[in-house]
Amino acid sequence: MQMLDLDGITITHNLKSKKITATKIIEQTLTEVEQQNSILNCFTAILKESALNQAQIIDSTIDKGNNPGILAGVPFAVKNLFDIEGITTLAGSKINAENPPAIQDSITIRKLKQAGAILVGALNMDEYAYGFVTENTHYGATPNPHDLTRISGGSSGGSAAAVAANLVPFTLGSDTNGSIRVPAALCGVLGLKPTYGRVSRSGAFLFSSSLDHIGFFARSVRDIAAIFDVLQGQDINDPVCTSLPPQPCFPVLQNGIDGLKIAIAGDYFQEGAEVEVLEAVEMVAKLLNTQTIINIPETHRARAAAYIITACEGSNLHLERLRSRSQDFDPATRDRFLAGALIPGSWYVQAQRFRRWYQDQVMSIFQEVDVIIAPTTPCIATLLGQEKMIINGKEILIRPNLGRFTQPLSFIGLPVLSFPILRDNKLPLGVQLIAAPYEEAKILQVATFLEKSFCGTRILPVRK
Amino acid sequence: MMKKSLDMQQYVEQMALLVNLPISPESMTGVVNNFTTIAEIASLVTEFPLPDNIEVAPIFQTYLSNNI
Repeated sequence: MQMLDLDGITITHNLKSKKITATKIIEQTLTEVEQQNSILNCFTAILKESALNQAQIIDSTIDKGNNPGILAGVPFAVKNLFDIEGITTLAGSKINAENPPAIQDSITIRKLKQAGAILVGALNMDEYAYGFVTENTHYGATPNPHDLTRISGGSSGGSAAAVAANLVPFTLGSDTNGSIRVPAALCGVLGLKPTYGRVSRSGAFLFSSSLDHIGFFARSVRDIAAIFDVLQGQDINDPVCTSLPPQPCFPVLQNGIDGLKIAIAGDYFQEGAEVEVLEAVEMVAKLLNTQTIINIPETHRARAAAYIITACEGSNLHLERLRSRSQDFDPATRDRFLAGALIPGSWYVQAQRFRRWYQDQVMSIFQEVDVIIAPTTPCIATLLGQEKMIINGKEILIRPNLGRFTQPLSFIGLPVLSFPILRDNKLPLGVQLIAAPYEEAKILQVATFLEKSFCGTRILPVRK
Repeated sequence: MMKKSLDMQQYVEQMALLVNLPISPESMTGVVNNFTTIAEIASLVTEFPLPDNIEVAPIFQTYLSNNI
């Protein structure tokens, strides 16, 4: 039985009904990963031995009649900034390659393993998560599985590409300004960035602490919900992690969208994008039967404030490394990090205070609406190595502008799902589904409705 | 007035000394360019007046909906 095109929930179902063994699933996965990785360069480490060992344990659990977990036998991989016991956490850098191996898995990996999922490897990313392209000088670029001449997006590019290429059903990534949603859109997969603090970051190498989120990629909404339910909840080892109990989303996926007030983000979110991007938003709005437009004021300033905070916090985190060995940084990030270390404190504090002001504006909008839709990226995946693009007759830099629509939303910790728009003979795009903090369930209800509307099946069509 | 007379390279060099951050000659142009961009972006934030009672508080769970 060919397992690699299925979603995680189906794989577990087949495993529990003994149509296949976990060992067979992992053998198939490892064979495919080893074959494809020379082209796709998603994986920076493949965990053959430990994955097969874990598969044997799952098979033995099933043989004994015990419950192997809700994600039993599902292969997954993680952005290489998550600690994996026994290997060094690279965070996309050459410098961190000198660190000793991690002594234990990140909390997220441990929770997923407890649910029966099987870790098969670590995935490529922009150095220290500072980028939207996954063109890493040290470890190479990860091309887009839909078109190998183009970027997969970043910084979690390896995570998005591995799911888009059907190498694994789901992966973990991180999102500071759009690093899950941007590659999810460009690779045509689902990417959820939950509410800030709702999933622990313990055991993940941070970038800009007050903006860093953990999230994940998958090809079905129900997989996203299952992973989220496994991962959400308290963790005393992450100082910003929630103190609230988990609130499962999986049970409400089929509740439909009746009664949900859905609006389209206007103004800033309808400017600076290719026509096809705005058409994708219109198409989704039509399916959701909404024409309501809301305007979030001063969003351009929110993006600017996020930029300042990121530069300041990121540079501070790396200050000692910048002082002692800046030559070992990726040239794509080095000068930005160095410049960020020179920012006056008042700019940073003002950006953080503006954050509170902007959050107040957005929360007043959420008094009237439940879910807001907006584009994820301003364009389809650009060419590898391309630096500039023209949008609306204006030449702009690609790297900073890929986050135009994602950055103002993670800035205030909102939960956002990038829903893939897959089109015949065209590259994918994404539409963001945005809700108030802790309202992931509403997003996933809308996504379930869209999934049915688009393909009538839970599995999204993916090209190799 | 200050902005018009600001020498960005001089700022970068002086501030780098203050924070003890060596910048190689090869990186200097890139750092100055990046800092110039940062300064332009920062003006969008610093020019916006905020009331005194707006404080730094990157905590998001105070805005929970009533059903949680």
